[in-house]
Amino acid sequence: MSAAPVLLVVEGLTKSYGGVHAVRDVSFSLSAGEILALIGPNGAGKSTCFNMLNGQVTPGGGRVRLLGRDTTGEKPRAVWRLGVGRTFQITATFPTMTVRENVQVALVSHHSRLFDMWSSAPKLARDEAERLLDLVGMNGYADRPCGELAYGDLKRLELAIALANQPKLLLMDEPTAGMAPRERVELMRLTARIAREQSIGVLFTEHDMDVVFEHADRILVLNRGSLIAEGVPEEVRRDPQVRAIYLGEGLVYDARHRDGAPA
Amino acid sequence: MAFYVVQFLTGLASAASLFLVASGLSIIFGVTRIVNFAHGAFYMLGAFVAYTLTERLSGALGFWGGILLASLAVAVFGVLIEMILLRRIYRSPELFQLLATFGLTLMIEDLVILIWGPDDLLGRRAPGLRGAVDFFGQQVPSYDLFLIVLSPIVLGILWLLFRRTRWGVLVRAATQDRDMVAALGVNQKWLFTSVFALGVFLAAFGGALRIPRDAANHAMDLSVIVDVFVVVVIGGLGSIIGAFVAAVLVSELNAFGILIFPKISIILVFLVMAVVLIVRPWGLFGKPEAPARKTPGLTVQPWRPLSANERVAMIGVLIVAAALPLFGGTYVLTVASEIAIFVIFAASLHFLMSVGGLASFGHAAYFGLGAYGVAFLAKMAGLPMIVCLLIGPLLGLLGAAVFGFFAVQLSGVYFAMLTLAFAQIVWSIAFQWVSVTGGDNGILGVWPAAWASGAAAFYWLSLGVAVLVVAALRAMTFSPFGYALRATRDSALRSEAIGIDNKRIQWTAFVIAGTAAGIGGALFAFLKGSVFPDNVGISLSVDALVMVLLGGVETISGAIVGAIVYKALNIWLVSHTDLSKLVLGAVIVLIVVAMPKGIVGMIETLQARRGRSTKSAMLASRVESAE
Ligand SMILES: Nc1ncnc2c1ncn2[C@@H]1O[C@H](COP(=O)(O)OP(=O)(O)OP(=O)(O)O)[C@@H](O)[C@H]1O
Ligand SMILES: [Mg+2]
Repeated sequence: MSAAPVLLVVEGLTKSYGGVHAVRDVSFSLSAGEILALIGPNGAGKSTCFNMLNGQVTPGGGRVRLLGRDTTGEKPRAVWRLGVGRTFQITATFPTMTVRENVQVALVSHHSRLFDMWSSAPKLARDEAERLLDLVGMNGYADRPCGELAYGDLKRLELAIALANQPKLLLMDEPTAGMAPRERVELMRLTARIAREQSIGVLFTEHDMDVVFEHADRILVLNRGSLIAEGVPEEVRRDPQVRAIYLGEGLVYDARHRDGAPA
Repeated sequence: MAFYVVQFLTGLASAASLFLVASGLSIIFGVTRIVNFAHGAFYMLGAFVAYTLTERLSGALGFWGGILLASLAVAVFGVLIEMILLRRIYRSPELFQLLATFGLTLMIEDLVILIWGPDDLLGRRAPGLRGAVDFFGQQVPSYDLFLIVLSPIVLGILWLLFRRTRWGVLVRAATQDRDMVAALGVNQKWLFTSVFALGVFLAAFGGALRIPRDAANHAMDLSVIVDVFVVVVIGGLGSIIGAFVAAVLVSELNAFGILIFPKISIILVFLVMAVVLIVRPWGLFGKPEAPARKTPGLTVQPWRPLSANERVAMIGVLIVAAALPLFGGTYVLTVASEIAIFVIFAASLHFLMSVGGLASFGHAAYFGLGAYGVAFLAKMAGLPMIVCLLIGPLLGLLGAAVFGFFAVQLSGVYFAMLTLAFAQIVWSIAFQWVSVTGGDNGILGVWPAAWASGAAAFYWLSLGVAVLVVAALRAMTFSPFGYALRATRDSALRSEAIGIDNKRIQWTAFVIAGTAAGIGGALFAFLKGSVFPDNVGISLSVDALVMVLLGGVETISGAIVGAIVYKALNIWLVSHTDLSKLVLGAVIVLIVVAMPKGIVGMIETLQARRGRSTKSAMLASRVESAE
């Protein structure tokens, strides 16, 4: 593991909105094939972090280095071209297209054919799109209008879209929010498997502690914009500050956890 | 020196009416999120009603009372409209709201002609303010000085109203978050109605105050609404201070623009607007808007290319269309040529607004530029028709490239207002730059070459070009570019996150649509044998919008069906009634309220419903729960 190249280095990332310090001086790094969880209570600044990493929000301060390149302040589309896939806390897909077409658009973009005005897009990269849909277990849905999918299916579709550019890094903001408990476990196991197989680095947020402790190699804990703990799951679990926050929230995550054990 | 000061004062005086109307528009938008296109019509009504009242009532009290009474009367009329029409469309997409209020404008225009007749009406001078004040040898009308003082007073009253009254606090809260106010148990309906009443009152007041200065005329509604759109784009929609500052700025630019570019004074305003948009896209005092309610969203039927059977059917229809010269005479063929040209025009707008989600309210600009391009080439350079047809539309392309670059920086109502303002700039140039464009007299004698001068030949030419353009646009709709364009429309967030440069894609689409419109305009010039500023006018832009809407914004072939039905109806209507605007306006309002999916959309819905009922009930229930 130690030989894995470093994908992402974040130094002193900061953002404030008016008087609110959404993110304060956050630093961490992430290696290829590593699954890193960013947890914290509501409003801790997790989404703001994600948005700064993929360029949607310009950082107030600090640096982001992706694959050895300084990408601070670059546009989301530039960051994506470097090989970063992103899923959103509230899904963002193309409701007037079919499920397959949603993936095809991402593939067309990946193959740099956005300004191709004469080919027939529904025929382009069809097999590749089918493969990605297969991968996330959506093979039966390819021709369905995306606008009528159930929320859990949309989340899986987002994962397929995020994988379209053969990413080296996945940024997943609450990938399983709004899903049924069983679906959550399945989706995260799937993500973890893909990540391990293709040696993709994953940064994800999750409110479901079962999911976090099952899959994360390391955990970052964010509270009111600042990192208050970082380490392997066992360390974080024992951290008194973290316990205080989470017990305050009424979340219990000690006992009976890892029976299922990582797949 | 004194001359410039007087020019400055004249500018300030003109700013008064503009500020009143713009602030009314802004207040209404802030709370209801409706950009009230009919605001210009209320302004015009204010002027006409005030004319009647001030003529009837005598004395100073009669005059000032008449002005106030007129504004109140129009406000009451506005309340009725709000309760009957607007309450039904508060949740509709912005495009529909703009169109419905435009339909209202058309209806009011005809009503004003019915009641007051077609002539301009010059009102009486304001009692006590008839004279002029001498300023270093220059005369400044006292009424102008009164107007200059009035604007800041109105601004102050509005400020007090919003800061110091409970109603004002509620309005400000609703501007921030209207759902929250509803949750507080405030009667939202009446809040909206009262806000609308205030906004309309301000518009009518602005109109009424104008009559001692200028005659009440029938074009004042559209001319003021364009200026107001420019003002709110510069000042920031929803900001009263912004309306004030921008009204003064625009009026001064107009006052001094005349001195600098006497022919095309509007250029100066355009330049300032462009700079503001680049530096502060939401206006000087505006705030970034939440993403617009999308035009699509009524249905979720994904588009698909034509099946083999449908292709055969299309070819059949085309053969029938091509055989028309066997049955129809010259008149029928001329009408059919015009319809074919409007199919091109509607299809080009459809590409921008249905595929790209960018509802342009000034698409006629590019149609007209194509027409003028052809006229210049044919008349000045004396080039043969084919060459004119090939090169003329490039003027449309050029215009679309310049204006489109700025327009795509914005979205939603801002995009609509900006495109309208651009089209109006093109119109002003066509109208004012007489030495080049012939001004109001247009350019005459743009006749087709001998081979295309027969009605049948020209019809075949128009039909052929229409088929080519529509086929090309359709192919693009299903090309990777078309999908990328739809992606930017469906979710700007997601499309940027998968490497799509939204603005660049939209700009390209704007240029494509403008060029296609220019092709239509080029043919139109040869069909009519002439080009006039009307070919760039607002009503032509709105015609195109209505065609797309009538056919169905969310369908691919809606534009074509809409163009055919609408143009045929329009030609018939104009030859059968004097009140075509009244009927047309009513039709627009009806479409928006009663059949927002359009003709093709309705047919597709019926088909889908029939198809779905045969599928498993489980699927249907699942679809419903997802919605
Ligand atoms: N665009 C914005 N404008 C103003 N404040 C913002 C904005 N975005 C986020 N914030 C504030 O920044 C803080 C962090 O928000 P963020 O969405 O990053 O939290 P989060 O950890 O993702 O929460 P959740 O678990 O609810 O998704 C919050 O206090 C939020 O109100
Ligand atoms: Mg979040």
